[in-house]
Amino acid sequence: MTALPTRSLEAWRYTDLRPLDAMSFAEAPAASVPGDLPDIGVPRLVFVNGRFDAAASSALMFAHGFATVTEESDLPLALINAQHAQDGLTLEIPAGVDAGVVLLVSYANGGALHPRHRVSLGAGATLTLLEVIKGEGVYWHNPVTDIVLAQGARLAHYRLQNESREAFHLATIRVGAAADAAYESFTAVMGAKLSRAEFHVELSGAKAYTHLNAAQLLGDSQHGDFTSVVRHRAPDCSSRQTVKSVLSDAARGVFQGRIEVDRMAQKTDGYQMSQALLLSPTAEMDIKPELQIFADDVKCSHGATIGALDEEQVFYLRSRGIPEDTARAMLICAFLTEALEPVTHAGAHALFEAAIETWWTGK
Amino acid sequence: MLEIKNLSARIGDKEILRGVNLSVPDGEIHAIMGPNGAGKSTLSYVLSGREGYEVTGGEAIYNGQDILALTPEARAAAGIFLAFQYPVELPGVGNANFLRTALNAVRRARGEAELDAVAFLKLARTALKNLSMQDDMLKRNVNVGFSGGEKKRNEVLQMALLRPGLAILDETDSGLDIDALKIVAEGVNALRSPVFSALVITHYQRLLDYIVPDRVHVLAAGKIVRSGGPELALELEARGYAGLEAA
Repeated sequence: MTALPTRSLEAWRYTDLRPLDAMSFAEAPAASVPGDLPDIGVPRLVFVNGRFDAAASSALMFAHGFATVTEESDLPLALINAQHAQDGLTLEIPAGVDAGVVLLVSYANGGALHPRHRVSLGAGATLTLLEVIKGEGVYWHNPVTDIVLAQGARLAHYRLQNESREAFHLATIRVGAAADAAYESFTAVMGAKLSRAEFHVELSGAKAYTHLNAAQLLGDSQHGDFTSVVRHRAPDCSSRQTVKSVLSDAARGVFQGRIEVDRMAQKTDGYQMSQALLLSPTAEMDIKPELQIFADDVKCSHGATIGALDEEQVFYLRSRGIPEDTARAMLICAFLTEALEPVTHAGAHALFEAAIETWWTGK
Repeated sequence: MLEIKNLSARIGDKEILRGVNLSVPDGEIHAIMGPNGAGKSTLSYVLSGREGYEVTGGEAIYNGQDILALTPEARAAAGIFLAFQYPVELPGVGNANFLRTALNAVRRARGEAELDAVAFLKLARTALKNLSMQDDMLKRNVNVGFSGGEKKRNEVLQMALLRPGLAILDETDSGLDIDALKIVAEGVNALRSPVFSALVITHYQRLLDYIVPDRVHVLAAGKIVRSGGPELALELEARGYAGLEAA
């Protein structure tokens, strides 16, 4: 097996995989579907311990069988995934088709899972893919999702990472967007003992667009890493990233965001903002923005803030009769609001709001 | 009825209030005037329970209960309302959601039924209309991008909805033009009743032309140094605060 990356690699400086390396995981066992799977009244595809569960899933004409994986990158986790991948979602939306909303549920409760998901949208096709990722106990979930968007296609991709608090979650999501295509995504990072979501988005056709947002809500000694690489390869593309982190106890959050602008990618409009709220003195946030610009007519900016809840705002709410806990929860939700902007589907939005509220209530 | 007895408070090592004595009977409006740094805002914060102010002596009894030990939200439920000198902006918090959450929290604490969205909107629209405010005020984030006058009107809107027994208006007139001042004053006057009292804190006499007080008190160097009828405000306007500390 390819070795796990170490902190000596620049891309892994803030996330230490030694706790994962110290464990040995067998292949994930077969398991039955838990009773409380989410259902928002849309077609649902269910993976249990990395395997497709047809009985718990809806029949979907755009879903196809799994094909063998060849990995061309040198990303260590994608290589490990390729060596073990045995199943995964394959969704192909034909040109011009609006495929509505699809719910992808991943549930795990043991072993190592390396699913390889593939989503492709033909020219002008649209899809909203909502992923709910959850589990129980100790396991290692190492999914790779490859997304191909043809000209003018639009994918809204929402992920609720709510893994077991004892689990490891290392996800790689790669997106290629042709001219006029749009990739709008939001990830909520709430679960796992140690997690990383690594996005590679290539805007390879003119006027391609991506919105790459995240909210990390972490407590105890959880570690959450949101890493993104957005490559502007063609003129007139734009990218927007808003990453909000709320960290309590001794939680640690990481945001590494790199924007690369090729020589030919003139009129690039790139924006990146990372904001963190530290709810305790022992919480920690590491932010590393990077801009690599080789074109001369571009607009790229990044910003970062780290702070605590504004006690003046807390007092204002309390002085109106709102209990302290509710006041703090309202302000945390308000802090996260901007990151949730890409989530335009009402059912998905409600799901995230409920998850955020549950997170806060459990504090 | 609010009774403040020998109230002393400090911020850090700095004594701000040095034995304030004051009583405001139900149904009355009292003005507190005084020079900058006299402790006017401190008094309003100590009464509403803001952190960072240490009460070093005395008590504040409202309707028979010493409020100084209560949380700010419990004081609000008991009927105390502070209209802020500088209303706080809450980006990401919608005004309607804020108002309804506050109103229902207070209603719950008072043993009243909570209002659903429809009943709340009806109530809020009426209150908005009375204050010459646009309905879109409800859709905006709390105080974000509001003009000075809009912020103060939003304070009075909250007051109208929460129906306090005791309102503390901290320099509500600062930054207001005369039209906004009249609207704010009408909002306060509309609440006048035998079960409503108010402490109007102001630096200038101007506001008191529109909210006519029953009593005027002068706070200087952390103490009430003079009390009188509405004519005292006019006298201060003419002569200034100079020499009052010695009084």
